[in-house]
Amino acid sequence: MMKNSDANMSTPFWRDNRVIPILIQLLFVAVLIGVLYYLINNAINGLQALGINLGFDFLQNMASFNIGESIIGYQSTDTYMKAILVGILNTIKVSVIGIVFATIIGVIVGISRLSSHWLVQKLATVYIEIFRNTPLLVQILIWYFAVFLALPDVKESVKIGSIFLSNRGAAIPWFHTTTGSTTWFILFLSGVLLAVIVWRYRLHIQMKSGKKQYPLLWAFLGLVFPLVLAWLLTQQAPVTIESPVLGNFNFEGGYIISENFLAIFLALTIYTATYIAEIVRGGILSVSKGQMEASSALGLKYSTSMRFVVFPQAIRIIIPPVTSQYLNLTKNSSLAIAAGYPDLVYVAETINNQTGRAIQSIVIMITVYLILSIITSIFMNVFNNKVQIVER
Amino acid sequence: MDLNTEVKTELAPTSPPGVKLGLGTWLRKKLFNNWYNSILTLVSILVIYFMTKGIVTWLLTEADWAVVTDNFKLFMVGQYPLEYLWRVWLSLVFVSLLFGLSAGVWKGTILHLSSVLVIVMVIHTLVPFTSTNTKLWLVGCIVCVIGGYLAGPKLPKQKPFVLLGWFISFPVILFIINGYGILPKVSTNVWGGLLLTLILSIVAIVGSIPIGILLALGRTSKLPIIKYFCVIYIETIRGVPLITIFFMSIFMFPLFLPQGLTINNVVSAMIGATLFTAAYMAENVRGGLQSIPNGQREAGRALGLNPVQLMYFIIMPQALRAVIPAIVGQSISMFKDTSLVTIVGLMDLLGIAQSVKSNPDYLGSIMEVYLYVAVIYWMIAYSMSYGSQRLEKNLGVGKR
Repeated sequence: MMKNSDANMSTPFWRDNRVIPILIQLLFVAVLIGVLYYLINNAINGLQALGINLGFDFLQNMASFNIGESIIGYQSTDTYMKAILVGILNTIKVSVIGIVFATIIGVIVGISRLSSHWLVQKLATVYIEIFRNTPLLVQILIWYFAVFLALPDVKESVKIGSIFLSNRGAAIPWFHTTTGSTTWFILFLSGVLLAVIVWRYRLHIQMKSGKKQYPLLWAFLGLVFPLVLAWLLTQQAPVTIESPVLGNFNFEGGYIISENFLAIFLALTIYTATYIAEIVRGGILSVSKGQMEASSALGLKYSTSMRFVVFPQAIRIIIPPVTSQYLNLTKNSSLAIAAGYPDLVYVAETINNQTGRAIQSIVIMITVYLILSIITSIFMNVFNNKVQIVER
Repeated sequence: MDLNTEVKTELAPTSPPGVKLGLGTWLRKKLFNNWYNSILTLVSILVIYFMTKGIVTWLLTEADWAVVTDNFKLFMVGQYPLEYLWRVWLSLVFVSLLFGLSAGVWKGTILHLSSVLVIVMVIHTLVPFTSTNTKLWLVGCIVCVIGGYLAGPKLPKQKPFVLLGWFISFPVILFIINGYGILPKVSTNVWGGLLLTLILSIVAIVGSIPIGILLALGRTSKLPIIKYFCVIYIETIRGVPLITIFFMSIFMFPLFLPQGLTINNVVSAMIGATLFTAAYMAENVRGGLQSIPNGQREAGRALGLNPVQLMYFIIMPQALRAVIPAIVGQSISMFKDTSLVTIVGLMDLLGIAQSVKSNPDYLGSIMEVYLYVAVIYWMIAYSMSYGSQRLEKNLGVGKR
């Protein structure tokens, strides 16, 4: 072998296995620093010529633009900082609601694709193929410009039940709290708690004794009992439902969902649901057929074996790709700018237009999205670790 | 009838697969086998009825396609100068020929896709709104596809020949369309419509694969600085939305250039899209690299291959083959995502739709504009996904 000390002495350093990696990396760092230095130098010179500085002090200045909708109170006299916060909250709002609905629709459609029912299966397939292969941005624009803005004026809005649809969005009934709401709420919570405890207890006895104990029925009674108590105590409904009424200029009462939010929300949900549906279908299909056959051989009903045998195994395969779909949905919510929904990108872009601070606005956008992505992944990783099989 | 079904259900497990059911039995078995399925059937039929009714009435009575027929050229090539339009046509003829040859050589999936291409071109030849010039070129393209299909099998060394054709097609077409000074130059600024969408996506896909492979190799390498550089690059890009990358390429790239040098928006967007897709490609390739069993590396090393040879001859060919479906999937999503350049003001297919929509002459035709654009996107994306599914089956990924 060449590895004896004489040979080592005579090996020139450019062929030495220990030196080469260090040299390569030093070269890499040198090139990287050189390129970065060149680019940043150019940028600094260019910005100085334009008279724009690189600091983030401007965030304390007055924003002086309006934002259509916001969770926290916001006026045009507030700072840029607050405007950005409003944008972040709007991004989170549409992402969270979108994730919830996309999951529900996705799971239903995914199961429908496996249904033995021919028509339902075909409908689900057509839905997936149409919405999955059309760009999300086209869908957002269709919802916004061709559907919601094409709706009639507030005065002639379309009425479905007590929901009003117009080109200013949807006005839906909303609830108001009453004096008894707190009592109702507390008793409802304790009802849920009671139901869970009773259910677990009866199930425990059933598993030990092998006799039917009707755990679900008992749990239901456990939930109903505090609610009856609440009714007796307060003598009124938990909340009052208030329907929107057409006022002089817009609806009064109820809750108004803006057309911007509706467009981006519907597009995101419908688009992402197709991906989730395919993941759910793949997950269920990946559980081997023998599992189902074995559980029916043990005498379990179809629904029981689905719930206790197939689903727990499928969920392990489903969660990682669904996580990345949640992340995609959050990132895709940045297209809200096309529907005029004031999310983070919309606000940052407005600031960029107003102040010419392109670098700062882009840095803010990137930082916030990175943080959101990291939070979502951490959250889903924790959940994932809980359901993963413990390998021995 | 009752007796019949009795017998059929009894015999079901032993009867040969693929037995033809009568319509009545089929309906009963697939749609009305129990009460909740019957309800589902009725609800689905109602949904289908109302949707079809709404769509058909709209198509027949309300839709006004003048907005599409009047602006057909805009949708296809944007502001590309009329006197140089022959170059785009020439490129299309070239691509048609390649499609025809491939269909003749490989048959199967590519034959299906070529047939769709021919059908689309025949439709555009027959409709009244295209000019005589267009019709002539289209007939030329159709002849090329069919001629290629017939001639393909007779070529000597057919497969390498056609593959070489596809390989040089991209630079050749870029050259024909741009000119680069040899032909009169048509600046990327005036490229638009479907042409821009296609070129943007092909540039991003073709450019991102080598960068993606390098990044994947970097990420799996043992050199810490290079490894962490690649990890940070990939994870940062994957953590942010594409639209921020486009903002960055349009608003920030020009700042980083030395003074006096300018870069136009189309090229900026191409760079942005390529760098963005590269990060995703890298993750796909890394998946492939990890799927190669360690024995392959050990065997390669035992044969005395150096690391570069090992990677080039043993690992990469297997890894890339395993991730072809993933790469096609990534390409489809890149193709759909090129529509985002509309937001930064480029005139791609969707950008043209946006500008046509704001034309006061076509105020009531918003839905028609978007639907037309959506159908084009859908047809291309669906063809790609159809091709990739067939490819996946033919490659037998995971089965070998």
